[in-house]
Amino acid sequence: MSEQLLKVTIDNITVEVPAGTTILQAARKIGGDVAPPAMCYYSKLQGSGGKCRTCLVEVSKGSEKDPRPMPKLVASCRTTIMDGMEVKNITSDRVLDARKGVVEFLLINHPLDCPVCDQAGECHLQDLSYEHGAAGTRYEFQRRTFKKHDLGDYIQLHMTRCILCYRCVFTADQLTKTREHGVLDRGDHAEIATFIEKNLQNDFIGNVIDVCPVGALTDKTFRFKNRVWFTKPVDAHRDCDTCCGEVQLWMRGHEVFRVTARKDEWGEVKESTKGGTGWICNTCRFEKKQVSDWEIEGPTKVNRHSVISQGHYVGLQKPEETMPKVMDGRSPKLLMDIHSVSEVNKPNIELSKLDRPAHSTDFNQ
Amino acid sequence: MGRKLLLEKAHVEGIRTYEVYRREGGYRSVEKALKSMSPDAIVEEVKKSGLRGRGGAGFPTGMKWSFLAKPEGVPRYLVCNADESEPGTFKDRYLMEFIPHLLIEGMIVSSFALGSNRSYIYIRGEYAWITDILEQAIEEAKANGWLGKNILGSGYDLELYVQRGAGAYICGEETALIESLEGKRGNPRIKPPFPAIKGLWDCPTVVNNVETIAAVVPIVNDGGEEYAKIGAGKSTGTKLISACGNINKPGVYEIDMTISVEEFIYSDEYCGGIANGKRLKACIPGGSSVPILPANLLLKTAKGETRYMNYESLSDGGFATGSMMGSGGFIVLDEDQCVVKNTYTLARFYRHESCGQCSPCREGTGWMEKILLNIEQGRGKMSDIDLLWDIQRKIEGNTICPLGDAAAWPVAAAIRHFRDEFEWHVNNPDECTKRNYGLAHYADPIYVPA
Repeated sequence: MSEQLLKVTIDNITVEVPAGTTILQAARKIGGDVAPPAMCYYSKLQGSGGKCRTCLVEVSKGSEKDPRPMPKLVASCRTTIMDGMEVKNITSDRVLDARKGVVEFLLINHPLDCPVCDQAGECHLQDLSYEHGAAGTRYEFQRRTFKKHDLGDYIQLHMTRCILCYRCVFTADQLTKTREHGVLDRGDHAEIATFIEKNLQNDFIGNVIDVCPVGALTDKTFRFKNRVWFTKPVDAHRDCDTCCGEVQLWMRGHEVFRVTARKDEWGEVKESTKGGTGWICNTCRFEKKQVSDWEIEGPTKVNRHSVISQGHYVGLQKPEETMPKVMDGRSPKLLMDIHSVSEVNKPNIELSKLDRPAHSTDFNQ
Repeated sequence: MGRKLLLEKAHVEGIRTYEVYRREGGYRSVEKALKSMSPDAIVEEVKKSGLRGRGGAGFPTGMKWSFLAKPEGVPRYLVCNADESEPGTFKDRYLMEFIPHLLIEGMIVSSFALGSNRSYIYIRGEYAWITDILEQAIEEAKANGWLGKNILGSGYDLELYVQRGAGAYICGEETALIESLEGKRGNPRIKPPFPAIKGLWDCPTVVNNVETIAAVVPIVNDGGEEYAKIGAGKSTGTKLISACGNINKPGVYEIDMTISVEEFIYSDEYCGGIANGKRLKACIPGGSSVPILPANLLLKTAKGETRYMNYESLSDGGFATGSMMGSGGFIVLDEDQCVVKNTYTLARFYRHESCGQCSPCREGTGWMEKILLNIEQGRGKMSDIDLLWDIQRKIEGNTICPLGDAAAWPVAAAIRHFRDEFEWHVNNPDECTKRNYGLAHYADPIYVPA
């Protein structure tokens, strides 16, 4: 018997999804602005979600059988749909108001140190506050700080930036055999920590960096080395015994600055192309920083609205070249072509004729 | 004098021991239930009685019991919520401390009705000595054949365990309690699924308050219909109220929910009036998390009717002009009390007790506390009052568990009814640290004791 599809209408757009789907997953199927933001939910981690409250939506009709609306806003990541359910996300003022409140709550104790944060540029909290936050803050008190914890040579913990999404805790629970960290204390002084200063050590623990929506857990091998928007993501793979070996290299020139797992449009680690999960091991992430370690597949496609895509030249609209007009139709010539006097990298073509920056392939012709 | 069901024998000498409790008619309900009633019949009696949950929400117990899923081959659990941590509430403590066998008896009957073979009493960590009392009572009950295998030859087995919490308010929330009982961090679970479907160790579970379970004993003894005759309307039976604050006779009182609030505060049988001849300013009628009410709205509803001590009457007028029965922690404030300071104290409590799982509660409670402290210490601004209102509005209803609501309601009600007191704090920064705003128009116009 084929599985019955249930109808759900989100912001007046109807989709059919199998039973057991959550509102958030159905909305992601529609995509675009209809998908509520999610800071703590991670589809690959069991039990995640429901905590950050950014994905709250209004259920204006419970189901075909029981059309009563739900009195409270519900967390769309943990509410499964019923047949005929009607959901309001961006069409509901109540939802937008509550979401604005949640963003404000998340930001009051956030240090807002984006200029020195390695996550800046790919931070979900940045995106969220850009879309739903206010320009100023109403919080006039000292922001909370924590005692520093050292998590070893690979992972840097900035507890002040943490929004307590619990994703890293679920990751450690579900990917690794030994659980070494968790949430200590409660309330606004709750913190991610290892119990009594221990290093996080096991093969897959590096994935907590990938799941962290903010800059609380960052890569120590990449720390302060570069900004993410200066580096170019490149898909690459290698044969790895412990993981799928499919990664993204974040390169600048020929230097590999950082290695991460491949992520989909919702910022979650993609499934491996071989099937199975796309989590990568610590060796791939932290040790293999040479281009020669990898087989490069090609540039990663990045959403053109992302700040990361500004390093790409593909499909760039160039401003009109006024030089030839000014020079009466004569093309400008380089005053001195360094390659004409150098024996190294001597190109066979005139570099000034290129309508783009010179590339290594140009020199080999 | 109202009728007493639970505390009737509380003052008999030695009632804490099994011999005296049994001599006074204890464990009759177990005999009756196990020998002559089926589990469904007991649930039916509880439904007929109209008993409502005594922990705070007031959900009909019979209905809660009938929601319990009963899949084949899966154990079911009854958990007694003795994590009584609401500021101002101490009724369960009294009951467990003085007549522990009443709770044990109620647990046996309720467990039989729900088909639980292992039941738990989750008690707050601070009640350390009560744990000993309960454990001794369980030992005595076991030695006399009321617990263990094949109780009274009925073929029904029951083991009863007492589990101490570690002193967290949040573990009074039923799903957090279950997490804690499983040995995990006491974070509330995201509902659904509800405990009646997936509770303790993913098995169907019922979590009930101490007083609710104790009330099952008279229901089984006398029948549900008899129990429903006591009280008024949908508030059937008797209710334990722990009265505290500026009254002459603080303590635990058993009322039958037909008396008026005025009678409860001023009659000598109950609170005996406001202490030191002062006047009544305000009251939090159901434990710290319910909205505070000024005297004039406490004694009479907005429509001018007398307010009674029962679920319906106390919540008459919604949150705009009413409050809630809550857990029965009746906190009375006289004219010398400062509402801003009182609200700050409550906000500090909720900030400290927030589990930190969901963002509105984790961040919002701390923010409210800081603003309230500023206002209380004369450093507030007029815009802070509106900001407080906005913060509480954004916490309420947007959190995983009711702790967010519980933190938001007292602040909302204080601003709603006592806004001029907040404004006075802002306008008189020096004076507000030295003296209290006083009564203004909140004093009761009806009754001033001589």
